[in-house]
Amino acid sequence: MTLAIGYVYLITAICFILALKGLSSPRSARLGNLLGALGMLAAVAVTFLAPGVGNTAWILVAMAVGTAIGVPAARAVPMTAIPQMVAAFNGVGGGAAAVVAIADYLRSSPEPAAGTATAVLFSAAIGCISLAGSAITFLKLQEALIGGRPITYPGQSAFNAVLLAVIVALGVVVATAGGTLPLAILAGVSLVLGVTFVLPIGGADVPVAISLLNSFTGLAVAASGFVLSNTLLIVAGTLVGASGTLLTRLMSQAMGRPLTNILFGALGGTASEAVAQEGRTVRRGTPEDIATMLAYSRKVAVVPGYGLAVAQAQHTVRELTDLLEARGVEVFYAIHPVAGRMPGHMNVLLAEANVSYDHLKDLDQANPELATTDVALVVGANDVVNPAARDDPGSPIYGMPILEVDQAGTVVFLKRSLRPGFAGVDNALLFHPRTIMLFGDAKESLTQLVARVKEA
Amino acid sequence: MSGGLLGLITIFVLAAFVGYEVISKVSTILHTPLMSGANAIHGIILIGSMIVLGAAHDAVQLALGFVAVVLATVNVVGGFTVTDRMLEMFRAGRPQPGDEERRR
Repeated sequence: MTLAIGYVYLITAICFILALKGLSSPRSARLGNLLGALGMLAAVAVTFLAPGVGNTAWILVAMAVGTAIGVPAARAVPMTAIPQMVAAFNGVGGGAAAVVAIADYLRSSPEPAAGTATAVLFSAAIGCISLAGSAITFLKLQEALIGGRPITYPGQSAFNAVLLAVIVALGVVVATAGGTLPLAILAGVSLVLGVTFVLPIGGADVPVAISLLNSFTGLAVAASGFVLSNTLLIVAGTLVGASGTLLTRLMSQAMGRPLTNILFGALGGTASEAVAQEGRTVRRGTPEDIATMLAYSRKVAVVPGYGLAVAQAQHTVRELTDLLEARGVEVFYAIHPVAGRMPGHMNVLLAEANVSYDHLKDLDQANPELATTDVALVVGANDVVNPAARDDPGSPIYGMPILEVDQAGTVVFLKRSLRPGFAGVDNALLFHPRTIMLFGDAKESLTQLVARVKEA
Repeated sequence: MSGGLLGLITIFVLAAFVGYEVISKVSTILHTPLMSGANAIHGIILIGSMIVLGAAHDAVQLALGFVAVVLATVNVVGGFTVTDRMLEMFRAGRPQPGDEERRR
């Protein structure tokens, strides 16, 4: 029986590898996800038959409770809130890994093997950091209790280093002398470190933190695999740990900032930048003016951002671009890799509105096109088009690649206010003479533009 | 047990290389679904949770195991469901008309 289970676990491991491979390409992504789910189902089914697994009724009840929480949450979440949902599911996974390690330590307690103790400590610490850290990223993205801005205080890194040292010291105590109380304290301190580690990370960097915590959970699961001598946990956890680390690096590269900068160089202290607002004039446009301008352009670029997602305006923007195309205007969407709150966020939304792939241009394709574009229509985006990232070495977002909409003939911003974007950095482009502002909710503004373009 | 431990470490190291290689060519637009999919996969801790709950003898172990299974189940079913919802919108080259099963 044990051998048969081992083979099923092997098949599951293969499913997981193919799932990750499938998820890296648009054509096979959905199949990949399905394959992962099937592998998971098989592994769970045979685990009921594993020797030493009793309490079947309890397991089934717990699974029913988990399903009753997880499925409705995943179904009900609006597409704008996907990033925080991923953070939440990641956090509970980390919590589960920590609890598994601790529970197994208690069971085998008077004398667990030394190698096992190390794995228990690792899993408990990393799992707790991931749980607490994910909870904070969830709150940041939800902008509940704490805002999206970085939270900084003096001696932050030193304080985190002290916490880490305490965790290591407690770990040595548990590994050598054993004891339940030190392990409980270790878990508690790890939760605190999870919170303080994520607090200074803010703005557009939060998704990178989620990705990093995701790979942390993977490693905690792998450590739990060492505790239970379970190869499938080790393989799956390590796969996620390794691919998550690479993904984290790719994400920070897409933002043009090194990972250490994101984790330890909080974008704090930018308040002084936003002073010189008075004395600068803003050009406001009416929907009629802007609609006419769009209707009689040759080439229009749409730059979507988080404002589009919040307003759920993806269908309206498609309606507008369809109208323009019907009039013979060349239209494309310029997608910044970190537009929205997560890489690929805009692609998901626009795909929902049936915008076809060939209308979407990424940073490298869009920038040369923008120089010959008549009107760049920026819908609820700000930081990703801020020329300060290119021109002002003193700006906290300096070095981030941007969509160079300032190269276009005219820039139209659909924005609720002159407030800075999520990164909290002032945008001089809003006050540029060739910029026209249309204030209001993105969906309402776009609806007005659609009506006026029809009349034009 | 040391031979066993070495075997586990070997598996760990090889899996790390596979994990790194297998997603090295991912396109930017799939970063979010990929992260979400990987998130669902580490829900495999569910089987670890089942083993712990299945072997529980006293009330404390039972409680811890129960909590672990609940958390891990949320991770698994939520993770796969939300990934699928995201990818549903990505269907490549889908026919435009007559394809209206989408939720409004």
